[in-house]
Amino acid sequence: MLLVVAPFVIDPFQILTLTYGLIAAIGALGFNLLLGYTGLLSFGHSAFFGAGAYTVAFLVKYLKVASMELFLAGSVLVSAILSLLFGYVCVRYTRIFFGILTLALSQVLWSLAFKLFWVTGGTDGLRVPTPTILGAAAIDDKMEFLAHRYYYYVLAAFAICVLLMWVIVHSPFGKALQAIRDNETRAEFIGIRIRRYRLIAFVISGIFTGVAGALWAPLNGLVSPEVLVWTFSGEIVFMTVLGGFRTFVGPIVGAVAFTYLKTYAVGFTVYWQLLLGTVLVVLVLALPTGIMGTVNLVAGKMKTPS
Amino acid sequence: MDLLTTQALSISFGDNRAVDGVDFSVKQGEVLALIGSNGAGKTTLVNLISGLMPPDSGHIIFEDRNVTRQSSYERIKAGIARSFQIVNLFDQLSCADNVALSIFSREGKTLNLAALASRDRAVWEEAHDVLRRFGLDRTAMILAGAISHGERKLLDVAVAYALRPKLLFLDEPTSGVSTREKAPIMDIVSSIVRSGGITVVIIEHDMDIVFRYSERIVVMHQGSILADGTPDEIRQNDAVTTTLIGAHPSREPAFRSAGDAGG
Repeated sequence: MLLVVAPFVIDPFQILTLTYGLIAAIGALGFNLLLGYTGLLSFGHSAFFGAGAYTVAFLVKYLKVASMELFLAGSVLVSAILSLLFGYVCVRYTRIFFGILTLALSQVLWSLAFKLFWVTGGTDGLRVPTPTILGAAAIDDKMEFLAHRYYYYVLAAFAICVLLMWVIVHSPFGKALQAIRDNETRAEFIGIRIRRYRLIAFVISGIFTGVAGALWAPLNGLVSPEVLVWTFSGEIVFMTVLGGFRTFVGPIVGAVAFTYLKTYAVGFTVYWQLLLGTVLVVLVLALPTGIMGTVNLVAGKMKTPS
Repeated sequence: MDLLTTQALSISFGDNRAVDGVDFSVKQGEVLALIGSNGAGKTTLVNLISGLMPPDSGHIIFEDRNVTRQSSYERIKAGIARSFQIVNLFDQLSCADNVALSIFSREGKTLNLAALASRDRAVWEEAHDVLRRFGLDRTAMILAGAISHGERKLLDVAVAYALRPKLLFLDEPTSGVSTREKAPIMDIVSSIVRSGGITVVIIEHDMDIVFRYSERIVVMHQGSILADGTPDEIRQNDAVTTTLIGAHPSREPAFRSAGDAGG
């Protein structure tokens, strides 16, 4: 509810930050299907975010597409194919081996974006103009467009993603993933084909993060290899852990919180990484189960005495 | 009729011939106990039959089909289920979820990601029914990681039972449980499997339990089958007495008291 009235209450800059936060939340939600529900820590989710963003940039540059819906459809397709390929290799392993493989594969993608500059624009990146939304042409005032129409578009996409993910994790399939997370051997011995389930989870996770990348591209206006670099994968891991990967809403809260922290840290000092790092270390030490884990813990304690 | 037979089944770990040319059979509907000292190869035999690892040589025939090269998944679908010696549960899920997952899996519903699991009333009613029969209804909504050890042993069996197997292997269903708790657990397990018409193979160290609850006993020693017979035959078998009792003098009183209870 608060999110719906937000554009009328707070200034456009805040709305843009919030939009970035919601987009990050979609990505983190996808990422957490693997970490929180399947027990797989991916260090390569920038690959899918980047794939979604570059799909938009390529559609603009090479096919002159301007429709946001086509951007999203293209990103879903590309990130699904990419995550199927990556997943096919990665889900054969777990733990550190899985993490390293996802990291390595995402770095391959990053180096391609970096080196094939005649296709990708290299470090200069590719520009993404404001898209048409549901067939309606973009309005001239870019800030006005992004802070209102586009914000609501992202908010709707976010709501749909949250709903979809909620159903997925509470479906029999979602339960099976949690079973695999808790006890791989036993899951196998109640007749769950682990690799297949991990692969499906990997693909769903990749698609969600790809959608986040596609929504991010027009907002940022520029797609460059930065979205593919491994530190960005680290940020996705961090926002999820910060919010609490054991809860459904944890990654959402973590993503929004992280986006605000980062925005203000960057505005505050050139040594923003140092500041951000310190804040995050303190937060993680103080709240080992993440923001939502702590909230639940406190709520539980308040309930018990009564 | 034999539900399962193994022919010259063997596996070695380095120089250790853990299972060495075992010809083993389980008859339809019987409750069979697999006994032997630690390292005799009981659990390894069950691991081979359930598909946890492939044998070096030999065959496994289940319901007249050779399942030796089948995956554990195919064997589960064919009707072979097992519980584990060290409790193997989904600790972060509720006890009801643990059992429901077996039911979802049995009915081929675990790939459904577009419906809420909690809406499937038939599955939940069955899950609660299974829990009730195992005396675990009180724990339905508690995480499996948070219940007592004895309850976890029961839940481990319940999860395998909910698959409605034809052949169920119970690997030490009462290990780590106090002597007083053992009989109640075995009473529950044995009455449920008998009423369900499930063929059961129990691996067990406690001779009281073995003689009281099984109809046939197979004794393993150093990877081979040493003896095979009714509880009475096994009790009077000299080779068994020497190897088992010789290895475990402390078992003798249990043996004698089992004789009283075994009739």
